[in-house]
Amino acid sequence: MIDFDNVGLRYGMGPEVLRDLTFDVPRRSFQFLTGPSGAGKTTLMRLMFMSLQPTRGFVRVFGQDITTIPQQELPKLRRRIGIVFQDFRLLDHLTTYENVALPLRVRGKEETSYRTDVMELLKWVGLGDRMNVLPPILSGGEKQRAAIARALIDQPEILLADEPTGNVDAPLARRLLRLFLELNKLGTAVIIATHDLSLMDQVDARRMILSGGRLEIYE
Amino acid sequence: MNDMSDTEHGIGESRREIVLRPTAPIVPAGNIAGSSLMFVISIMSFLACLTLGAVIMVQDTANSWQSQISREITIQIKPEPGMDLDAELAKARDIALSFTGTTAATIVDPAATARLLEPWLGEGLDLEELPVPRLVIITIDEAAPPDFAGMRLALEESVQNVFLDDHRTWVDRLVAMANTTVIIGLCVLALVFTATILTVVFATRGALSGNHHIVEVLHFVGAEASFVAAKFQKHFFLIALKGALAGGIAAALTFALASIWASASMATPESDQATALFGGFSMGAGGYIGALAIVIITAVLTALTTRITVIRTIMEIDLIRSDPTRSI
Repeated sequence: MIDFDNVGLRYGMGPEVLRDLTFDVPRRSFQFLTGPSGAGKTTLMRLMFMSLQPTRGFVRVFGQDITTIPQQELPKLRRRIGIVFQDFRLLDHLTTYENVALPLRVRGKEETSYRTDVMELLKWVGLGDRMNVLPPILSGGEKQRAAIARALIDQPEILLADEPTGNVDAPLARRLLRLFLELNKLGTAVIIATHDLSLMDQVDARRMILSGGRLEIYE
Repeated sequence: MNDMSDTEHGIGESRREIVLRPTAPIVPAGNIAGSSLMFVISIMSFLACLTLGAVIMVQDTANSWQSQISREITIQIKPEPGMDLDAELAKARDIALSFTGTTAATIVDPAATARLLEPWLGEGLDLEELPVPRLVIITIDEAAPPDFAGMRLALEESVQNVFLDDHRTWVDRLVAMANTTVIIGLCVLALVFTATILTVVFATRGALSGNHHIVEVLHFVGAEASFVAAKFQKHFFLIALKGALAGGIAAALTFALASIWASASMATPESDQATALFGGFSMGAGGYIGALAIVIITAVLTALTTRITVIRTIMEIDLIRSDPTRSI
């Protein structure tokens, strides 16, 4: 679903922050992306989300070279990818429910058609009593769960989650991990960028370790 | 707040019916930037409508002066010892009336002539002592004026010391002055309108910059550029329409109040002076249609600026894809 072929990326005239990355993200796969701080995990996630282009090499998402995708086709491809940003990016004037429903709303769906699904997902991530609350009132963990729910609501083909358990305690982190695994069983390819070794130890999954701009993969 | 307790609480909540608030608009209904934009638009719309009204007023006044002067011509007869001035005046009047296009002819009597000269020569003037020319005021049909050259020739043949003043010099100078005044007014209107457009464009972009994060999130959750642009366009169009209407109505009220003041203080020196300078304080139907056009143009312009700015913002977000040196 995502193919990297000898990809390199540098910012301006600086050194390459990512070097010679060659890997693929197969359909229905589950993997962790890890590495020290500043190793380029977020940059790699942005390349996979098509919000950056490589300096060299090829990145193909759903079989299309991201450097040649016309601008008007990007929204359609992004709808097939769910993303959890490290800084959540919730809209402060919308309630938790409205934030989670946003991807469906922008697809032009009627509110009555998705209300039950959104409410059930919110209950599942433990925000059943926070549906009418605005993000500034939510705790960091609640914001994170709302951001995850927003990424999952339309059952994406690929889920990219940047430190999705960074602001939650261990029991909730396990619960969210189960959620990602269930989603994976339903057919979504999952890529979780994390520092949390204990989280990775709970699942026998592929590990992609980014260090010094290079990637090592342990199947 | 403890996250786990939230989770347990949340599951317990699932058995209760949850009432959701009505879905909020994607673009927040009101904020300081939106209110400021509305205020700026109302001020600029007020100034533009006021300028338009002033230009129309000046143009109407100039036209009225021009029309009043060109509606009349004057025959002057200078007195001479031994001349029967009254007979000459009557003869001149009759000659003037014999021409097609002359609608009336009035001899200005000695008393009226004295009144005309009163500001310069004072009261109690005896015209017999001074060689003051006497006048015949001829009213003409503006649409089909008489043959001035023929009338001048006929008068000179039959009347002594006669001079026909068709006011052409005055009319030409007045037309030039009126046209200059109107051109200056139109230039001022063009400047005010350009300032309005630029202010509206920059104020809209300023108000939108506060919503950059909304555009970005919508884009990243898969919204098409046209969807995002439509949401913002509708929101800012309504803000601009309210602001521009407020400005337009305020300008119309200003003219209405000035008109009421002019009517209430009619025949006072202040009112007479103001009326002489500006004419009646009325924009007329054309003025109100123009003000409405300014309101609509302002609102449409704001909506257009919003659309262009949002689409440009989305293009800039996507430009980051092409240029890794730019950060989100």
